[in-house]
Amino acid sequence: MTDDLDKLRTGLASLPPAPDPAAKAKAVAQAMESFERAQETAQPPRPISDRSQRAGFVTGVREMLMKLTTRPALTMTASLAAIAVALTIYPTLRQGAPLPQAAAPKPVAAPATAPAAASLPAPEDTRTTTGEVTAAPATPPAEIKGQAPAQPAPGVVLLEQRAESDAVAAVEGPSPQDFADTGLAGGPLSLTDAAPEMEPMMEAAPATVAAKRVLPDALVPLPEPDTEAFANAPSNPVMIAAEDPVSTFSIDTDTASYAVIRSSLSRGALPPPEAVRIEEMVNYFPYGYAAPDAGAPPFRTSVNLFQTPWNADTELLRIGIQGRLPAIAERPPLNLVFLVDTSGSMQDADKLPLLKQSLRLMLPDLRAEDRVAIVAYAGSAGTVLEPTAASDRATILAALDRLDAGGSTAGAEGLALAYQVAEAMGGDGAEGHVSRILLATDGDFNVGLSDPGALKDFVAAKRDGGTYLSVLGFGRGNLDDATMQALAQNGNGTAAYIDTLSEAQKVLSDQLSGALFPIANDVKIQIEFNPAVVAEYRLIGYETRALAREDFNNDKVDAGEIGAGHQVTALYEVTPVGSPAILNDPLRYGAAQDNALPDATGDLAWLKLRYKDPGASTSRLIETPVSPVAGAADADARWAAAIAGMGQLLTGARYLGDWGWDEAIALAGGARGDDPFGYRAEALRLMRLAQSIAQ
Amino acid sequence: MRMQTPDEALAIAAANGDREAFAALLDRHYDRVFALSFRLTGARSEAEDLAQDICCALPAKLASYRQEARFSTWLYRVTVNAAHDRRRRAATRARAADGWGDWEVNRRAGIAEEAEAQDWLSATMARLSPELRDTVALTLGEDLSQREAAEVLGVSEGTIAWRMSEVKKRLRDFARAEGML
Repeated sequence: MTDDLDKLRTGLASLPPAPDPAAKAKAVAQAMESFERAQETAQPPRPISDRSQRAGFVTGVREMLMKLTTRPALTMTASLAAIAVALTIYPTLRQGAPLPQAAAPKPVAAPATAPAAASLPAPEDTRTTTGEVTAAPATPPAEIKGQAPAQPAPGVVLLEQRAESDAVAAVEGPSPQDFADTGLAGGPLSLTDAAPEMEPMMEAAPATVAAKRVLPDALVPLPEPDTEAFANAPSNPVMIAAEDPVSTFSIDTDTASYAVIRSSLSRGALPPPEAVRIEEMVNYFPYGYAAPDAGAPPFRTSVNLFQTPWNADTELLRIGIQGRLPAIAERPPLNLVFLVDTSGSMQDADKLPLLKQSLRLMLPDLRAEDRVAIVAYAGSAGTVLEPTAASDRATILAALDRLDAGGSTAGAEGLALAYQVAEAMGGDGAEGHVSRILLATDGDFNVGLSDPGALKDFVAAKRDGGTYLSVLGFGRGNLDDATMQALAQNGNGTAAYIDTLSEAQKVLSDQLSGALFPIANDVKIQIEFNPAVVAEYRLIGYETRALAREDFNNDKVDAGEIGAGHQVTALYEVTPVGSPAILNDPLRYGAAQDNALPDATGDLAWLKLRYKDPGASTSRLIETPVSPVAGAADADARWAAAIAGMGQLLTGARYLGDWGWDEAIALAGGARGDDPFGYRAEALRLMRLAQSIAQ
Repeated sequence: MRMQTPDEALAIAAANGDREAFAALLDRHYDRVFALSFRLTGARSEAEDLAQDICCALPAKLASYRQEARFSTWLYRVTVNAAHDRRRRAATRARAADGWGDWEVNRRAGIAEEAEAQDWLSATMARLSPELRDTVALTLGEDLSQREAAEVLGVSEGTIAWRMSEVKKRLRDFARAEGML
């Protein structure tokens, strides 16, 4: 029937009448506007040293906007002090030296003086600015040294610590005198020492500088915003025990970072350093910690000290916390509300379909008295499944099958509806039920969310109503890890990233009774090192969980939760007094009396834990001394150390010396232990992958 | 003048920030984008919105233009993809908002002769799947060869040929169904 085909052709050909000139003019005008904006926001795909000055600033603005607006972790308390430091440091480094990548391949130890100066621009500048760099850390006083004003804002810590470690990095290079002596070539060369820190600085610091210059331009919508955002801060610096003996942080039972790393490595790419949170990697693995006794506090702490694998002159202090193992038969019934993102971006195979499979896997582990509801959000939110007894599996499965991806994401609306459903489930005579919302999303909270801070506040307010919120991340591409972290942390839940069905099983089925059933809330750890025994210490990981010293005793300050059977591990690298590994020289002036510190106890440190029983508003305190006697490391300890080493190798390995992937793999290979689920074997495989990718 | 400069050169210049080149490109191609948008959506207002969205996104998109394809082919691809995105976004809002679906709903309202011819077209288009509709819009509407259409849609030439034979089959079925009424 070619006739019909011809008819179709004629019809289509006659169809579009000439475009309306007004519409055309409007479209063209808008396109030209968009073109102008694009010129202003143009930037090369990779930050290389020959990019234009302007592009650099714009990148900075964009970074800043990301942090100030889309990253809910950052609340209003951004420290002016930190910004001031960034302002002082950043322009100097920028003009004084090319970016580290460019500097690295040229170890031109130019012999001092004039010839060198001739070959490089503006010698005077560099010399003076170097002076400023070293001076910078001195200008911002107390608050930059140590804990950020903390609580509601891991994000704040992020900015401040960034600035702080940048400052440290800058000081650790050769002194200004060295620069002057060797001429300019010394400048870029020595800066390569600080290379790992330069990168974050290029992201964080220019923001503030750029803010002053091109802010008005930058407020227009940017053409292609980054879609993956990760919550992190640069690694904790080495602290001097005599000056700052107290370290405070909130425990963290999330494991999302490890799964993100696995997904990156499996695709043949190193994970972005900001996606690596070492504590989440270490906590991913089960360890054989002793369980708490009956009648004792709901969790038990075990502390060991052993030699650091990457530095024979320091020791690792491992703090292991084991939550009471769930009495499976006695767990309270659950009200589960699955809040499922069904936006168009969820249609990939590793998103909604994987989520459906995961939930199917979980169903058999639920009990008859548990109840399940499903709320979908996309475009407009809706209840897909009214609260249903878990025994009615057919109804639940049918509802799952109805889920279909399409539309844009109205995260805030969906969340409100989910809380409403959860509260209704808790309110209709179901005494003793534990209510929990499981938010499954690729993190694309892009519509209906005018203010990320408001969403977070909303979750924090609902948290006090007794409903917990956990976040399950799916897929890559626009994973908004930062939002997920912030929501889970504020909603008293955990954040997990699910990339495979076996991960879904680990997160949902294996831990169903645990992760979903809290036994202690707001668990904080504070450790005071004894300066008579410990010269320096460094907390490995937990950057996003740092708390201010005074927050430890403040029950209003939120912290991490422990579910039944949960385990938490924290590692400190401790340098004993007299060790050759001490990084900081003693002060020449003042502080000499520190040598006369009383050493009545001989303890290494004093460990304090605070926690609240579920539903309680006042905290309980557990205190215990830490013995300075180092023991042998058992397989679990060596494994934790190997994973911490892996995390540091992925983020720059600043403190690892010559210790590299070979050593990490050897250490991990000898510490696999029992490994019934093959988690450790998988990690070993990932280490080998990372090694070959990194080469 | 710019009149003789090939599209491809203009596109590269525009991607590098040449304002005039961009304006020239827009002027040359807006009508084409609008026409294809119209054929893909079947409604003037939809087509105007779509064309405007595409023009606005063009500066950012140009950065990814690699000269592997002719500019017009590339632009067709951008247009088809934008139409897909729009359709997908609209899908959950309401099935009926799917462009040609509106035509089908309003079909019975048409009385005039001319409208009747349009009716047949819209009814036919509405009954084709999105893939077939895109293929028809490009091959019959824009008069592209099967090879060019394949390039735009990112499928093989064989697929286009198969789709066109599917279209013929559907048309035959429709005609038979009409005849039996």
